[in-house]
Amino acid sequence: MAIVELRGINFIYNKGTPYETHALKNVDLSVNEGQITGLIGPTGSGKSTLVQLINGILKPTDGEVILDGVNIWDQPKKIREARFKAGVVMQYPEYQLFADTVRDDIAFGPKNMGLGEDEISERVNKAAAFAGLDPSVMSRSPFDLSGGQKRRAALAGVIAMEPKVLILDEPAAGLDPGGRKEVLGGLKKYQRSVGSSIIIVSHSMEDMANYCDRIIVMTDGKIAMTGVPSEIFARYNDLIGLGLDVPRITRVAASLSRRGVDLGEVYTVGYAVEKLSELL
Amino acid sequence: MDERYEIIAEDVSFTYPGDETNPPVNALRGVTLRVPKGSYTAILGRNGSGKSTLARILCMLETPEKGELYIDGKLMTGDKVTEADILDARKRVGMVFQNPDNQIVATIVEEDVAFGCENLGVPSGEIRKRVDDALETVGMTKYARHSPHKLSGGQKQRVAIAGVIAMKRECIIFDESTAMLDPMGRREVLDTIDKLNKEDGVTVILITHYMDEATRADHVVVMNDGQILKEGTPSEVFSDPETLWSASLDVPQTTELLYGLKKKGLDVPLDVFDPERCAAVIAGAISSRGGVKNGDR
Ligand SMILES: Nc1ncnc2c1ncn2[C@@H]1O[C@H](COP(=O)(O)OP(=O)(O)OP(=O)(O)O)[C@@H](O)[C@H]1O
Ligand SMILES: Nc1ncnc2c1ncn2[C@@H]1O[C@H](COP(=O)(O)OP(=O)(O)OP(=O)(O)O)[C@@H](O)[C@H]1O
Ligand SMILES: [Mg+2]
Ligand SMILES: [Mg+2]
Repeated sequence: MAIVELRGINFIYNKGTPYETHALKNVDLSVNEGQITGLIGPTGSGKSTLVQLINGILKPTDGEVILDGVNIWDQPKKIREARFKAGVVMQYPEYQLFADTVRDDIAFGPKNMGLGEDEISERVNKAAAFAGLDPSVMSRSPFDLSGGQKRRAALAGVIAMEPKVLILDEPAAGLDPGGRKEVLGGLKKYQRSVGSSIIIVSHSMEDMANYCDRIIVMTDGKIAMTGVPSEIFARYNDLIGLGLDVPRITRVAASLSRRGVDLGEVYTVGYAVEKLSELL
Repeated sequence: MDERYEIIAEDVSFTYPGDETNPPVNALRGVTLRVPKGSYTAILGRNGSGKSTLARILCMLETPEKGELYIDGKLMTGDKVTEADILDARKRVGMVFQNPDNQIVATIVEEDVAFGCENLGVPSGEIRKRVDDALETVGMTKYARHSPHKLSGGQKQRVAIAGVIAMKRECIIFDESTAMLDPMGRREVLDTIDKLNKEDGVTVILITHYMDEATRADHVVVMNDGQILKEGTPSEVFSDPETLWSASLDVPQTTELLYGLKKKGLDVPLDVFDPERCAAVIAGAISSRGGVKNGDR
Protein backbone atom coordinates (compact mmCIF):
# COMPACT_ATOMS: atom_id res chain seq x y z
CA MET A 1 0.00 0.00 0.00
CA ALA A 2 1.22 3.48 -0.79
CA ILE A 3 0.87 6.01 2.02
CA VAL A 4 2.23 8.85 -0.11
CA GLU A 5 1.89 9.18 -3.85
CA LEU A 6 3.25 11.96 -6.01
CA ARG A 7 1.89 12.15 -9.54
CA GLY A 8 3.42 14.26 -12.27
CA ILE A 9 4.89 16.76 -9.82
CA ASN A 10 6.67 19.88 -11.01
CA PHE A 11 7.92 22.52 -8.62
CA ILE A 12 9.38 25.82 -9.74
CA TYR A 13 10.81 28.43 -7.36
CA ASN A 14 10.56 32.11 -8.34
CA LYS A 15 8.59 31.30 -11.44
CA GLY A 16 8.86 33.93 -14.15
CA THR A 17 11.91 35.68 -12.65
CA PRO A 18 15.54 35.43 -13.83
CA TYR A 19 16.23 33.21 -10.80
CA GLU A 20 13.61 30.66 -11.67
CA THR A 21 14.65 27.20 -10.43
CA HIS A 22 12.93 24.08 -11.68
CA ALA A 23 13.45 22.07 -8.49
CA LEU A 24 11.26 19.04 -9.29
CA LYS A 25 10.67 17.74 -12.80
CA ASN A 26 7.77 15.38 -13.55
CA VAL A 27 8.22 13.36 -10.41
CA ASP A 28 6.13 10.22 -9.92
CA LEU A 29 6.75 8.44 -6.69
CA SER A 30 5.07 6.16 -4.21
CA VAL A 31 6.14 5.57 -0.63
CA ASN A 32 5.17 2.28 1.01
CA GLU A 33 3.14 2.26 4.21
CA GLY A 34 4.81 0.96 7.36
CA GLN A 35 8.37 1.26 6.09
CA ILE A 36 11.36 3.49 6.61
CA THR A 37 12.13 5.07 3.26
CA GLY A 38 15.44 6.84 2.71
CA LEU A 39 15.82 9.75 0.32
CA ILE A 40 19.33 10.49 -0.92
CA GLY A 41 20.72 12.77 -3.60
CA PRO A 42 23.35 15.44 -4.20
CA THR A 43 23.05 18.97 -2.84
CA GLY A 44 20.29 20.86 -4.62
CA SER A 45 18.69 17.74 -6.12
CA GLY A 46 15.29 18.63 -4.66
CA LYS A 47 14.99 16.47 -1.53
CA SER A 48 13.89 19.20 0.88
CA THR A 49 11.51 20.59 -1.71
CA LEU A 50 9.97 17.17 -2.22
CA VAL A 51 9.40 16.45 1.46
CA GLN A 52 7.81 19.85 2.03
CA LEU A 53 5.24 19.04 -0.66
CA ILE A 54 4.04 15.97 1.20
CA ASN A 55 2.41 17.86 4.05
CA GLY A 56 1.50 20.92 2.06
CA ILE A 57 4.14 23.38 3.32
CA LEU A 58 4.80 23.89 -0.40
CA LYS A 59 2.22 23.59 -3.14
CA PRO A 60 3.26 21.91 -6.41
CA THR A 61 3.37 24.06 -9.53
CA ASP A 62 1.55 21.15 -11.08
CA GLY A 63 0.79 17.54 -10.23
CA GLU A 64 -1.01 15.74 -7.41
CA VAL A 65 0.02 14.93 -3.86
CA ILE A 66 -1.93 11.98 -2.45
CA LEU A 67 -1.48 11.50 1.28
CA ASP A 68 -3.15 8.49 2.88
CA GLY A 69 -5.56 8.27 -0.06
CA VAL A 70 -6.49 11.97 -0.07
CA ASN A 71 -5.46 14.54 -2.66
CA ILE A 72 -4.31 17.20 -0.20
CA TRP A 73 -5.05 20.17 -2.48
CA ASP A 74 -8.60 19.03 -3.38
CA GLN A 75 -9.87 21.16 -0.52
CA PRO A 76 -7.23 23.81 0.19
CA LYS A 77 -9.06 24.85 3.36
CA LYS A 78 -8.40 21.44 4.83
CA ILE A 79 -4.63 21.61 4.29
CA ARG A 80 -4.19 21.69 8.08
CA GLU A 81 -5.22 18.04 8.14
CA ALA A 82 -2.26 17.19 5.96
CA ARG A 83 0.00 19.02 8.40
CA PHE A 84 -1.20 16.87 11.29
CA LYS A 85 -1.06 13.67 9.30
CA ALA A 86 2.47 14.21 7.97
CA GLY A 87 4.97 15.87 10.30
CA VAL A 88 8.20 17.30 8.90
CA VAL A 89 11.34 17.88 10.95
CA MET A 90 13.08 20.57 8.90
CA GLN A 91 16.70 20.49 7.80
CA TYR A 92 17.66 23.42 10.04
CA PRO A 93 16.00 23.12 13.44
CA GLU A 94 16.13 26.89 14.00
CA TYR A 95 13.27 27.25 11.52
CA GLN A 96 11.10 25.17 13.73
CA LEU A 97 11.84 26.43 17.22
CA PHE A 98 10.04 29.50 18.48
CA ALA A 99 8.58 29.11 22.00
CA ASP A 100 10.02 30.46 25.27
CA THR A 101 10.94 27.07 26.63
CA VAL A 102 11.79 23.72 25.16
CA ARG A 103 8.79 22.19 26.93
CA ASP A 104 6.35 24.70 25.36
CA ASP A 105 7.94 24.15 22.01
CA ILE A 106 7.38 20.40 22.11
CA ALA A 107 3.85 20.87 23.49
CA PHE A 108 2.81 23.24 20.72
CA GLY A 109 1.80 20.58 18.17
CA PRO A 110 -0.19 18.38 20.58
CA LYS A 111 -1.93 21.51 21.94
CA ASN A 112 -2.94 22.56 18.46
CA MET A 113 -4.36 19.13 17.88
CA GLY A 114 -6.73 19.80 20.78
CA LEU A 115 -5.41 17.09 23.10
CA GLY A 116 -6.09 17.20 26.86
CA GLU A 117 -3.51 18.44 29.39
CA ASP A 118 -2.57 14.98 30.67
CA GLU A 119 -2.15 13.54 27.22
CA ILE A 120 -0.07 16.55 26.19
CA SER A 121 2.31 16.25 29.08
CA GLU A 122 2.65 12.52 28.58
CA ARG A 123 3.44 12.99 24.91
CA VAL A 124 5.95 15.75 25.65
CA ASN A 125 7.82 13.58 28.12
CA LYS A 126 7.81 10.59 25.81
CA ALA A 127 9.02 12.64 22.83
CA ALA A 128 11.76 14.32 24.88
CA ALA A 129 12.99 10.94 26.09
CA PHE A 130 12.91 9.63 22.54
CA ALA A 131 15.03 12.52 21.30
CA GLY A 132 17.46 12.10 24.20
CA LEU A 133 16.81 15.54 25.67
CA ASP A 134 18.13 15.92 29.17
CA PRO A 135 15.31 16.90 31.60
CA SER A 136 17.45 19.87 32.72
CA VAL A 137 17.03 21.62 29.36
CA MET A 138 13.21 21.44 29.28
CA SER A 139 12.68 24.79 31.00
CA ARG A 140 15.41 26.56 29.02
CA SER A 141 14.99 28.67 25.91
CA PRO A 142 15.47 26.54 22.78
CA PHE A 143 17.73 29.28 21.43
CA ASP A 144 20.22 28.83 24.26
CA LEU A 145 20.90 25.20 23.42
CA SER A 146 23.87 23.66 21.65
CA GLY A 147 23.40 22.75 17.97
CA GLY A 148 22.70 19.09 18.65
CA GLN A 149 20.33 19.90 21.51
CA LYS A 150 18.34 22.17 19.16
CA ARG A 151 18.05 19.34 16.65
CA ARG A 152 16.78 17.06 19.40
CA ALA A 153 14.19 19.63 20.50
CA ALA A 154 12.90 20.08 16.94
CA LEU A 155 12.71 16.32 16.55
CA ALA A 156 10.74 15.93 19.79
CA GLY A 157 8.28 18.63 18.71
CA VAL A 158 7.24 16.63 15.66
CA ILE A 159 7.42 13.20 17.31
CA ALA A 160 5.00 14.45 20.00
CA MET A 161 2.31 14.84 17.34
CA GLU A 162 2.67 11.13 16.48
CA PRO A 163 2.00 11.83 12.81
CA LYS A 164 0.96 8.99 10.56
CA VAL A 165 3.81 9.93 8.24
CA LEU A 166 6.97 11.12 9.94
CA ILE A 167 9.37 12.99 7.67
CA LEU A 168 12.86 13.82 8.86
CA ASP A 169 15.14 16.09 6.79
CA GLU A 170 18.69 15.28 7.91
CA PRO A 171 17.56 14.21 11.38
CA ALA A 172 21.00 13.12 12.49
CA ALA A 173 23.05 16.08 11.22
CA GLY A 174 24.58 17.63 14.30
CA LEU A 175 23.81 14.70 16.56
CA ASP A 176 26.75 13.00 18.26
CA PRO A 177 27.32 9.40 17.08
CA GLY A 178 25.68 7.91 20.18
CA GLY A 179 22.62 10.12 19.72
CA ARG A 180 22.56 9.26 16.05
CA LYS A 181 22.32 5.55 16.84
CA GLU A 182 19.72 6.11 19.55
CA VAL A 183 17.47 8.33 17.45
CA LEU A 184 17.69 6.41 14.18
CA GLY A 185 17.53 3.06 15.97
CA GLY A 186 14.54 4.31 17.96
CA LEU A 187 12.62 5.17 14.80
CA LYS A 188 11.98 1.51 14.01
CA LYS A 189 10.48 1.00 17.47
CA TYR A 190 8.49 4.22 17.20
CA GLN A 191 7.15 3.15 13.84
CA ARG A 192 5.90 -0.16 15.23
CA SER A 193 4.29 1.41 18.29
CA VAL A 194 2.58 4.24 16.43
CA GLY A 195 2.10 2.33 13.19
CA SER A 196 3.47 5.12 11.07
CA SER A 197 5.55 5.41 7.93
CA ILE A 198 8.86 7.24 8.00
CA ILE A 199 10.82 9.14 5.36
CA ILE A 200 14.42 10.09 6.15
CA VAL A 201 16.53 12.46 4.06
CA SER A 202 20.23 11.97 4.68
CA HIS A 203 23.69 12.33 3.18
CA SER A 204 25.04 9.51 5.32
CA MET A 205 25.18 6.34 3.26
CA GLU A 206 26.10 4.42 6.41
CA ASP A 207 22.89 5.50 8.17
CA MET A 208 20.79 4.76 5.12
CA ALA A 209 22.26 1.27 4.88
CA ASN A 210 21.69 0.61 8.56
CA TYR A 211 18.15 1.89 9.02
CA CYS A 212 16.14 2.04 5.78
CA ASP A 213 13.86 -0.58 4.24
CA ARG A 214 13.87 1.14 0.89
CA ILE A 215 15.93 3.91 -0.72
CA ILE A 216 15.01 6.54 -3.29
CA VAL A 217 17.83 8.32 -5.13
CA MET A 218 17.22 11.78 -6.59
CA THR A 219 19.31 13.82 -8.98
CA ASP A 220 18.58 17.12 -10.57
CA GLY A 221 14.90 17.19 -9.59
CA LYS A 222 14.20 13.66 -10.80
CA ILE A 223 14.04 10.18 -9.33
CA ALA A 224 17.15 8.29 -10.46
CA MET A 225 16.78 4.93 -8.67
CA THR A 226 14.59 3.17 -6.14
CA GLY A 227 15.17 -0.15 -4.42
CA VAL A 228 16.12 -1.93 -1.21
CA PRO A 229 19.53 -0.93 0.21
CA SER A 230 21.35 -3.96 -1.23
CA GLU A 231 20.07 -3.13 -4.71
CA ILE A 232 21.02 0.51 -4.43
CA PHE A 233 24.49 0.01 -2.95
CA ALA A 234 25.24 -2.72 -5.49
CA ARG A 235 25.22 0.12 -8.05
CA TYR A 236 28.50 1.35 -6.64
CA ASN A 237 29.78 3.12 -9.73
CA ASP A 238 26.46 4.73 -10.61
CA LEU A 239 26.20 6.23 -7.12
CA ILE A 240 29.73 7.60 -7.21
CA GLY A 241 29.03 9.01 -10.68
CA LEU A 242 26.11 10.94 -9.18
CA GLY A 243 28.35 12.49 -6.51
CA LEU A 244 27.05 10.10 -3.89
CA ASP A 245 28.85 7.24 -2.23
CA VAL A 246 28.56 3.78 -0.73
CA PRO A 247 29.18 3.08 2.96
CA ARG A 248 32.88 2.86 3.82
CA ILE A 249 32.45 -0.76 4.80
CA THR A 250 31.19 -1.49 1.29
CA ARG A 251 34.44 -0.06 -0.07
CA VAL A 252 36.42 -2.31 2.25
CA ALA A 253 34.40 -5.34 1.10
CA ALA A 254 34.91 -4.43 -2.57
CA SER A 255 38.64 -4.18 -2.01
CA LEU A 256 38.67 -7.50 -0.11
CA SER A 257 36.90 -9.14 -2.99
CA ARG A 258 39.61 -7.88 -5.39
CA ARG A 259 42.09 -9.54 -3.04
CA GLY A 260 40.33 -12.88 -3.26
CA VAL A 261 38.22 -12.62 -0.11
CA ASP A 262 34.69 -12.43 -1.45
CA LEU A 263 32.04 -11.61 1.15
CA GLY A 264 29.18 -10.95 -1.26
CA GLU A 265 27.23 -7.75 -0.79
CA VAL A 266 28.18 -5.96 2.40
CA TYR A 267 26.83 -2.67 3.60
CA THR A 268 26.89 -2.87 7.40
CA VAL A 269 29.86 -3.48 9.71
CA GLY A 270 28.04 -6.13 11.75
CA TYR A 271 27.42 -8.20 8.66
CA ALA A 272 31.04 -7.84 7.51
CA VAL A 273 32.35 -9.07 10.87
CA GLU A 274 29.95 -12.01 10.73
CA LYS A 275 30.94 -13.02 7.19
CA LEU A 276 34.67 -12.67 7.88
CA SER A 277 34.38 -14.68 11.11
CA GLU A 278 33.02 -17.56 9.08
CA LEU A 279 36.25 -17.53 7.09
CA LEU A 280 38.52 -17.63 10.12
CA MET B 1 54.43 33.27 25.42
CA ASP B 2 55.64 30.89 22.81
CA GLU B 3 55.07 32.19 19.29
CA ARG B 4 55.21 28.75 17.72
CA TYR B 5 51.65 28.39 18.86
CA GLU B 6 48.75 30.05 17.07
CA ILE B 7 46.55 29.52 20.11
CA ILE B 8 47.21 28.61 23.69
CA ALA B 9 44.33 28.22 26.12
CA GLU B 10 45.37 27.73 29.74
CA ASP B 11 42.83 26.32 32.17
CA VAL B 12 39.93 28.14 30.54
CA SER B 13 36.46 28.07 32.11
CA PHE B 14 33.18 29.54 30.92
CA THR B 15 29.69 29.70 32.43
CA TYR B 16 26.42 30.74 30.81
CA PRO B 17 24.48 32.65 33.49
CA GLY B 18 21.26 31.14 34.80
CA ASP B 19 17.91 32.82 35.49
CA GLU B 20 14.99 32.37 37.94
CA THR B 21 14.11 28.93 36.59
CA ASN B 22 17.44 27.66 35.30
CA PRO B 23 20.77 27.17 37.03
CA PRO B 24 23.91 28.48 35.28
CA VAL B 25 25.61 26.12 32.80
CA ASN B 26 29.30 25.40 33.33
CA ALA B 27 30.05 24.90 29.68
CA LEU B 28 33.85 24.79 30.04
CA ARG B 29 35.61 23.62 33.16
CA GLY B 30 39.35 24.08 32.96
CA VAL B 31 40.33 23.44 29.36
CA THR B 32 44.00 23.57 28.37
CA LEU B 33 44.77 23.39 24.67
CA ARG B 34 47.84 24.20 22.56
CA VAL B 35 47.46 24.66 18.85
CA PRO B 36 50.80 24.87 16.99
CA LYS B 37 50.98 27.14 13.94
CA GLY B 38 50.19 25.26 10.75
CA SER B 39 48.69 22.29 12.61
CA TYR B 40 45.38 20.51 12.00
CA THR B 41 43.33 19.77 15.10
CA ALA B 42 40.00 17.92 15.22
CA ILE B 43 37.63 18.39 18.16
CA LEU B 44 35.09 15.65 18.93
CA GLY B 45 32.55 15.42 21.73
CA ARG B 46 28.95 14.68 22.53
CA ASN B 47 26.19 17.28 22.13
CA GLY B 48 26.52 19.99 24.73
CA SER B 49 30.09 19.04 25.69
CA GLY B 50 31.35 22.57 25.03
CA LYS B 51 32.90 22.45 21.54
CA SER B 52 31.17 25.49 20.08
CA THR B 53 31.66 27.45 23.28
CA LEU B 54 35.39 26.71 23.15
CA ALA B 55 35.46 27.72 19.48
CA ARG B 56 33.81 31.06 20.26
CA ILE B 57 36.38 31.72 22.96
CA LEU B 58 39.29 30.84 20.67
CA CYS B 59 38.14 33.38 18.10
CA MET B 60 37.32 35.87 20.84
CA LEU B 61 33.58 36.13 20.42
CA GLU B 62 33.36 35.28 24.14
CA THR B 63 35.74 36.04 26.99
CA PRO B 64 36.81 33.25 29.31
CA GLU B 65 35.57 33.61 32.83
CA LYS B 66 38.75 32.06 34.18
CA GLY B 67 42.07 31.10 32.64
CA GLU B 68 44.29 32.62 29.96
CA LEU B 69 44.15 32.82 26.21
CA TYR B 70 47.16 33.60 23.98
CA ILE B 71 46.89 34.25 20.25
CA ASP B 72 50.14 34.28 18.30
CA GLY B 73 51.97 34.43 21.60
CA LYS B 74 50.13 37.50 22.91
CA LEU B 75 47.98 37.44 26.01
CA MET B 76 44.34 38.19 25.22
CA THR B 77 42.86 37.96 28.70
CA GLY B 78 43.19 40.12 31.81
CA ASP B 79 43.42 43.89 32.35
CA LYS B 80 46.54 44.63 30.30
CA VAL B 81 45.15 43.58 26.94
CA THR B 82 44.37 46.49 24.61
CA GLU B 83 41.55 46.94 22.11
CA ALA B 84 44.14 46.97 19.31
CA ASP B 85 45.57 43.60 20.37
CA ILE B 86 42.10 42.08 20.30
CA LEU B 87 41.34 43.51 16.86
CA ASP B 88 44.63 42.12 15.54
CA ALA B 89 43.92 38.72 16.97
CA ARG B 90 40.39 38.69 15.58
CA LYS B 91 41.91 39.19 12.15
CA ARG B 92 44.02 36.07 12.62
CA VAL B 93 41.39 33.61 13.80
CA GLY B 94 38.11 33.10 11.94
CA MET B 95 35.22 30.71 12.27
CA VAL B 96 32.59 29.05 10.09
CA PHE B 97 29.49 28.77 12.25
CA GLN B 98 27.54 25.60 12.91
CA ASN B 99 24.39 27.04 11.31
CA PRO B 100 25.19 28.93 8.10
CA ASP B 101 22.11 31.13 8.55
CA ASN B 102 23.85 32.74 11.51
CA GLN B 103 26.55 33.85 9.13
CA ILE B 104 24.52 35.13 6.19
CA VAL B 105 24.48 38.94 6.16
CA ALA B 106 23.83 40.02 2.58
CA THR B 107 21.04 39.42 0.09
CA ILE B 108 23.30 38.28 -2.76
CA VAL B 109 25.74 35.40 -2.51
CA GLU B 110 28.82 37.26 -3.80
CA GLU B 111 28.20 40.21 -1.50
CA ASP B 112 27.84 37.83 1.37
CA VAL B 113 31.18 36.22 0.56
CA ALA B 114 32.80 39.66 0.18
CA PHE B 115 31.48 40.99 3.49
CA GLY B 116 34.28 39.68 5.71
CA CYS B 117 36.98 40.97 3.36
CA GLU B 118 35.41 44.40 3.31
CA ASN B 119 35.51 44.44 7.09
CA LEU B 120 39.20 43.57 6.98
CA GLY B 121 39.78 46.53 4.64
CA VAL B 122 40.96 44.46 1.68
CA PRO B 123 41.19 46.65 -1.50
CA SER B 124 38.18 46.17 -3.78
CA GLY B 125 40.03 44.75 -6.80
CA GLU B 126 41.60 42.17 -4.56
CA ILE B 127 38.20 41.38 -2.99
CA ARG B 128 36.71 40.65 -6.43
CA LYS B 129 39.43 38.12 -7.09
CA ARG B 130 39.20 36.49 -3.69
CA VAL B 131 35.42 36.17 -3.92
CA ASP B 132 35.59 34.60 -7.37
CA ASP B 133 38.29 32.19 -6.23
CA ALA B 134 36.44 31.24 -3.06
CA LEU B 135 33.16 30.61 -4.90
CA GLU B 136 35.05 28.53 -7.44
CA THR B 137 36.71 26.52 -4.66
CA VAL B 138 33.36 25.58 -3.10
CA GLY B 139 31.68 25.04 -6.49
CA MET B 140 29.16 27.87 -6.14
CA THR B 141 30.19 30.17 -9.00
CA LYS B 142 26.88 29.49 -10.72
CA TYR B 143 25.01 30.90 -7.74
CA ALA B 144 27.04 34.12 -7.32
CA ARG B 145 24.03 36.37 -8.02
CA HIS B 146 21.44 34.29 -6.14
CA SER B 147 19.95 35.11 -2.77
CA PRO B 148 21.76 33.09 -0.08
CA HIS B 149 18.52 32.58 1.85
CA LYS B 150 16.99 30.80 -1.10
CA LEU B 151 19.53 28.03 -1.45
CA SER B 152 19.41 24.39 -0.45
CA GLY B 153 20.93 23.42 2.91
CA GLY B 154 24.23 22.25 1.49
CA GLN B 155 24.52 25.24 -0.85
CA LYS B 156 24.21 27.62 2.13
CA GLN B 157 26.93 25.76 3.93
CA ARG B 158 29.24 26.14 0.91
CA VAL B 159 28.61 29.89 0.80
CA ALA B 160 29.45 30.22 4.49
CA ILE B 161 32.71 28.36 3.92
CA ALA B 162 33.58 30.56 0.91
CA GLY B 163 33.13 33.70 3.03
CA VAL B 164 35.70 32.58 5.55
CA ILE B 165 38.15 31.21 2.98
CA ALA B 166 38.13 34.56 1.17
CA MET B 167 39.34 36.30 4.33
CA LYS B 168 42.63 34.35 4.21
CA ARG B 169 43.16 34.14 7.92
CA GLU B 170 46.03 32.45 9.70
CA CYS B 171 43.66 30.17 11.56
CA ILE B 172 40.16 28.90 10.71
CA ILE B 173 37.78 27.04 12.97
CA PHE B 174 35.18 24.96 11.12
CA ASP B 175 32.24 24.20 13.42
CA GLU B 176 30.51 21.17 11.87
CA SER B 177 30.85 22.77 8.47
CA THR B 178 30.25 19.59 6.51
CA ALA B 179 27.09 18.48 8.30
CA MET B 180 24.75 19.20 5.38
CA LEU B 181 27.02 18.36 2.46
CA ASP B 182 26.57 15.44 0.10
CA PRO B 183 29.38 12.85 0.02
CA MET B 184 31.20 14.44 -2.90
CA GLY B 185 30.76 17.93 -1.45
CA ARG B 186 32.09 16.71 1.86
CA ARG B 187 35.16 15.24 0.20
CA GLU B 188 35.72 18.42 -1.79
CA VAL B 189 35.43 20.66 1.27
CA LEU B 190 37.70 18.40 3.31
CA ASP B 191 40.22 18.38 0.47
CA THR B 192 40.01 22.17 0.35
CA ILE B 193 40.65 22.32 4.08
CA ASP B 194 43.64 19.95 3.67
CA LYS B 195 44.96 22.19 0.94
CA LEU B 196 44.54 25.34 3.03
CA ASN B 197 46.45 23.59 5.78
CA LYS B 198 49.21 21.86 3.81
CA GLU B 199 49.83 24.38 1.03
CA ASP B 200 48.87 27.74 2.50
CA GLY B 201 49.95 26.91 6.04
CA VAL B 202 46.57 27.80 7.55
CA THR B 203 46.09 26.47 11.08
CA VAL B 204 42.90 24.41 11.06
CA ILE B 205 40.56 23.44 13.86
CA LEU B 206 37.77 21.14 12.72
CA ILE B 207 34.82 20.40 14.99
CA THR B 208 32.95 17.34 13.78
CA HIS B 209 30.70 14.41 14.62
CA TYR B 210 32.14 12.38 11.73
CA MET B 211 34.94 10.17 12.95
CA ASP B 212 36.31 9.65 9.43
CA GLU B 213 36.94 13.37 9.12
CA ALA B 214 38.95 13.44 12.33
CA THR B 215 41.39 10.89 10.89
CA ARG B 216 42.69 13.64 8.60
CA ALA B 217 43.93 15.73 11.53
CA ASP B 218 47.37 15.66 13.20
CA HIS B 219 45.82 15.94 16.62
CA VAL B 220 42.42 14.88 17.97
CA VAL B 221 40.83 16.37 21.08
CA VAL B 222 37.85 14.66 22.72
CA MET B 223 35.64 16.88 24.87
CA ASN B 224 33.24 15.62 27.49
CA ASP B 225 31.18 17.68 29.90
CA GLY B 226 33.25 20.85 29.50
CA GLN B 227 36.59 19.13 29.85
CA ILE B 228 39.12 17.38 27.66
CA LEU B 229 38.60 13.64 28.08
CA LYS B 230 41.37 12.45 25.81
CA GLU B 231 43.76 13.79 23.18
CA GLY B 232 46.40 12.47 20.83
CA THR B 233 47.02 11.45 17.24
CA PRO B 234 44.06 9.85 15.42
CA SER B 235 45.76 6.45 15.89
CA GLU B 236 46.05 6.99 19.61
CA VAL B 237 42.52 8.24 20.10
CA PHE B 238 40.77 5.69 17.89
CA SER B 239 42.66 2.71 19.25
CA ASP B 240 40.46 2.90 22.33
CA PRO B 241 36.88 2.42 21.03
CA GLU B 242 35.44 1.67 24.48
CA THR B 243 36.30 5.12 25.85
CA LEU B 244 34.85 6.79 22.76
CA TRP B 245 31.64 4.78 22.89
CA SER B 246 31.25 5.70 26.56
CA ALA B 247 31.46 9.39 25.57
CA SER B 248 28.66 8.95 22.99
CA LEU B 249 31.24 8.96 20.19
CA ASP B 250 32.29 6.33 17.71
CA VAL B 251 35.24 5.08 15.68
CA PRO B 252 35.58 5.02 11.86
CA GLN B 253 33.90 1.99 10.24
CA THR B 254 37.30 0.50 9.35
CA THR B 255 38.33 0.56 13.02
CA GLU B 256 34.96 -0.87 14.08
CA LEU B 257 35.47 -3.75 11.64
CA LEU B 258 39.05 -4.39 12.78
CA TYR B 259 37.97 -4.25 16.42
CA GLY B 260 35.23 -6.82 15.74
CA LEU B 261 37.74 -9.13 14.04
CA LYS B 262 40.32 -8.67 16.76
CA LYS B 263 37.76 -9.79 19.32
CA LYS B 264 37.27 -12.92 17.22
CA GLY B 265 40.97 -13.61 17.55
CA LEU B 266 42.39 -12.15 14.34
CA ASP B 267 45.67 -10.31 14.91
CA VAL B 268 45.07 -6.89 13.32
CA PRO B 269 45.86 -3.27 14.27
CA LEU B 270 42.94 -0.89 14.86
CA ASP B 271 44.36 2.32 13.43
CA VAL B 272 43.86 1.72 9.71
CA PHE B 273 41.43 4.27 8.31
CA ASP B 274 41.72 3.92 4.56
CA PRO B 275 39.32 1.25 3.14
CA GLU B 276 41.93 -0.04 0.67
CA ARG B 277 44.61 -0.45 3.35
CA CYS B 278 42.10 -1.91 5.76
CA ALA B 279 41.24 -4.60 3.22
CA ALA B 280 44.94 -5.30 2.65
CA VAL B 281 45.54 -5.70 6.38
CA ILE B 282 42.62 -8.11 6.76
CA ALA B 283 43.50 -10.16 3.69
CA GLY B 284 47.09 -10.37 4.94
CA ALA B 285 46.07 -11.46 8.42
CA ILE B 286 43.71 -14.11 7.09
CA SER B 287 46.24 -15.65 4.73
CA SER B 288 49.10 -15.61 7.26
CA ARG B 289 46.78 -17.47 9.60
CA GLY B 290 46.12 -20.03 6.90
CA GLY B 291 42.46 -19.08 7.04
CA VAL B 292 40.07 -20.62 4.55
CA LYS B 293 40.53 -18.92 1.22
CA ASN B 294 37.52 -17.78 -0.65
CA GLY B 295 36.24 -20.40 -3.04
CA ASP B 296 37.14 -23.25 -0.69
CA ARG B 297 33.68 -23.25 0.77
N1 LIG C 1 13.39 29.12 -1.20
C1 LIG C 1 13.95 28.89 -2.38
N2 LIG C 1 13.89 29.79 -3.37
C2 LIG C 1 14.46 29.56 -4.57
N3 LIG C 1 15.16 28.45 -4.89
C3 LIG C 1 15.27 27.50 -3.94
C4 LIG C 1 14.68 27.67 -2.63
N4 LIG C 1 14.96 26.58 -1.90
C5 LIG C 1 15.68 25.76 -2.70
N5 LIG C 1 15.87 26.31 -3.93
C6 LIG C 1 16.59 25.70 -5.07
O1 LIG C 1 15.89 24.53 -5.47
C7 LIG C 1 16.77 23.45 -5.75
C8 LIG C 1 16.44 22.26 -4.86
O2 LIG C 1 16.66 22.63 -3.50
P1 LIG C 1 16.39 21.66 -2.27
O3 LIG C 1 16.52 22.49 -1.05
O4 LIG C 1 15.13 20.90 -2.48
O5 LIG C 1 17.65 20.66 -2.40
P2 LIG C 1 18.15 19.48 -1.47
O6 LIG C 1 18.18 18.24 -2.29
O7 LIG C 1 17.36 19.44 -0.21
O8 LIG C 1 19.66 19.91 -1.17
P3 LIG C 1 20.58 19.79 0.16
O9 LIG C 1 21.12 18.40 0.17
O10 LIG C 1 21.69 20.76 -0.09
O11 LIG C 1 19.76 20.15 1.34
C9 LIG C 1 18.19 24.01 -5.53
O12 LIG C 1 18.74 24.35 -6.76
C10 LIG C 1 17.99 25.26 -4.68
O13 LIG C 1 18.95 26.26 -4.98
N1 LIG D 1 23.53 30.86 24.74
C1 LIG D 1 23.52 29.91 25.68
N2 LIG D 1 22.92 30.12 26.88
C2 LIG D 1 22.90 29.16 27.83
N3 LIG D 1 23.49 27.96 27.69
C3 LIG D 1 24.11 27.69 26.54
C4 LIG D 1 24.15 28.63 25.46
N4 LIG D 1 24.83 28.09 24.43
C5 LIG D 1 25.17 26.84 24.84
N5 LIG D 1 24.74 26.60 26.10
C6 LIG D 1 24.96 25.36 26.88
O1 LIG D 1 26.34 25.18 27.10
C7 LIG D 1 26.71 23.79 26.92
C8 LIG D 1 27.77 23.69 25.86
O2 LIG D 1 27.20 24.07 24.61
P1 LIG D 1 28.02 24.07 23.23
O3 LIG D 1 27.19 24.75 22.22
O4 LIG D 1 29.39 24.58 23.47
O5 LIG D 1 28.09 22.49 22.95
P2 LIG D 1 28.67 21.70 21.70
O6 LIG D 1 29.72 20.76 22.21
O7 LIG D 1 29.05 22.63 20.62
O8 LIG D 1 27.39 20.80 21.29
P3 LIG D 1 26.82 20.35 19.84
O9 LIG D 1 27.57 19.11 19.44
O10 LIG D 1 25.40 19.97 20.15
O11 LIG D 1 26.94 21.49 18.89
C9 LIG D 1 25.41 23.06 26.62
O12 LIG D 1 24.92 22.47 27.79
C10 LIG D 1 24.47 24.14 26.13
O13 LIG D 1 23.13 23.84 26.44
MG1 LIG E 1 17.81 19.94 1.75
MG1 LIG F 1 28.25 23.00 18.68
